[in-house]
Amino acid sequence: MSNYYQPEIETASHEQIRKWQDERLVKQVKNVWDNVPYYRKKMEEKGVTPDDIKSVDDLYKLPFLTKDDLREAYPYGLMARPLKDCVRIQSTSGTTGRRVVAFYTQHDIDLWDECCARAIVAAGGTNEDVCHVCYGYGLFTGGPGLNGGSHKVGCLTLPMSSGNTDRQLQFMTDLGSTILCCTPSYAAYLAESIIERGLRDKIKLKAGIFGAEAWSENMRRDIEEKLGIKAYDIYGLTEISGPGVSFECSEQTGMHINEDHFIAEIINPETGEVLPEGEKGELVFTSITKEAFPLLRYRTRDICVLTRKPCSCGRTHVKMSKPMGRSDDMLIIKGVNVFPSQIETVLLERGYPANYQIIVDRVNNSDTLEVQVEMTAENFSDSLSKINEMEKNLVSALKSMLGIYAKVKLVAPKTIARSEGKAVRIIDNRKI
Amino acid sequence: MHINQISVFLENRTGGLAEITRLLAENNVNLRALSIAESADYGVLRIIADDSKKASSVLLSSGNILSMTPVMAVAVPDKPAGLNELLEVLAEGDISIEYMYSYNTREDGTAYMIFRISDEKKFLEVLAKHGMKPVCPSDLNIK
Repeated sequence: MSNYYQPEIETASHEQIRKWQDERLVKQVKNVWDNVPYYRKKMEEKGVTPDDIKSVDDLYKLPFLTKDDLREAYPYGLMARPLKDCVRIQSTSGTTGRRVVAFYTQHDIDLWDECCARAIVAAGGTNEDVCHVCYGYGLFTGGPGLNGGSHKVGCLTLPMSSGNTDRQLQFMTDLGSTILCCTPSYAAYLAESIIERGLRDKIKLKAGIFGAEAWSENMRRDIEEKLGIKAYDIYGLTEISGPGVSFECSEQTGMHINEDHFIAEIINPETGEVLPEGEKGELVFTSITKEAFPLLRYRTRDICVLTRKPCSCGRTHVKMSKPMGRSDDMLIIKGVNVFPSQIETVLLERGYPANYQIIVDRVNNSDTLEVQVEMTAENFSDSLSKINEMEKNLVSALKSMLGIYAKVKLVAPKTIARSEGKAVRIIDNRKI
Repeated sequence: MHINQISVFLENRTGGLAEITRLLAENNVNLRALSIAESADYGVLRIIADDSKKASSVLLSSGNILSMTPVMAVAVPDKPAGLNELLEVLAEGDISIEYMYSYNTREDGTAYMIFRISDEKKFLEVLAKHGMKPVCPSDLNIK
């Protein structure tokens, strides 16, 4: 009963997958050694050369890459191809405000689209479907990724992008959307709007592909029930390509990693030691088919578990659990990566104290972000409109740094608790 | 001619204002005028105290954020249209008022308005043209 986009790959034997990985890894390491001086230096520091990497068994010898490396090498330092070979960038936020920019050749885009196509077909998509994509389009990978996958499958693609619920619902009912692609929180919001407006009988949705943020089994059941669909999870990150690094099948017990493109490892985030299958740790990816931006052993900071238990869908690729947390302090708010350090940078630039608090909540299925900042004598004025203006400036500076709206709450001095040692800056009240 | 107004940052929460008045009460500071400008989460409390130095040092030492703002007080006749006459004069003189509020007094026949004006020079000229001027702190028995 399962559907595959590329059956010969998706159901290949373990030996075959391993063979692809060994060949591609060896080639990729040589490619990176020859074309990415930044990583070559890291290898040299570790005393590793391409000759040491003969198969996946040798992967552990390679140095890790982290978001800090991406920042340091920004923008071109990790490219393996000249710019003339590249056709696209996508971008996501980095740790201290500097964005992460990933480059793609046309071939990279094609493979990324294929990964997304696998996810859409696994969710039951065919060329008869109307695929409604309301992930954001632009630098964010969500929209472009699912859009490309939908084209490959041959669905009629509605490039809706995010927001404007009235328009979403109009197209959904008028054009009979059958597959919905968006963040789970937006799906939940749409589901409620559909029920409130009595449109439940007018929609034709059968499946949803929801990713880019954390969601629970309860939330899945809730969306499935309200929309009368089956809801599938999808995972990815800009650094590695975008959505479609892994995706859920009808079994809904984890996401199959596209192992012909990405080698996954689980490590102990403290020591870097590789952990055996089934143990919880930090997910690390090596992209073995990427041309423009091939990252070797990139630490995702996502904590999860891998399993090779046979899957009823027939796919043989390893499954990862939903991320269970992070090994850094990154927050995912409305599908957008937010680092407390980005907020701190904005505050310090504007003369606010570094003592702040971030409060994340989920109201009506939508994430909210509040930044509490202490008022200072320098920023204070007898004029309320001056304070209001300052607050507005801070809101827009945060928006341009983070890409999402953050409510600013000015509080009295010394009211934000100073903790001993590492400050507790984040209060995440979301119950997901 | 200027009067010292103390502006205090006030977080919008129950009991916030009482904390300030308690502090002043404990230190025997008398409030002569008060106004609050508020937005959803916070406000600016503006006070005229009988002893502004004492009030500000008491408030500062307990960790409040404040600023001293020079404002001016103008006497108006305590009768219908008393304030209107003054405001008409200011409007005609094209004086923009940042904010104003009234000042308590027990004197018969006279009320006072506290003004915060950005263009004070022009303000004084317009008043002078109509034979008026701001009162001194000593006239109000405050320091």
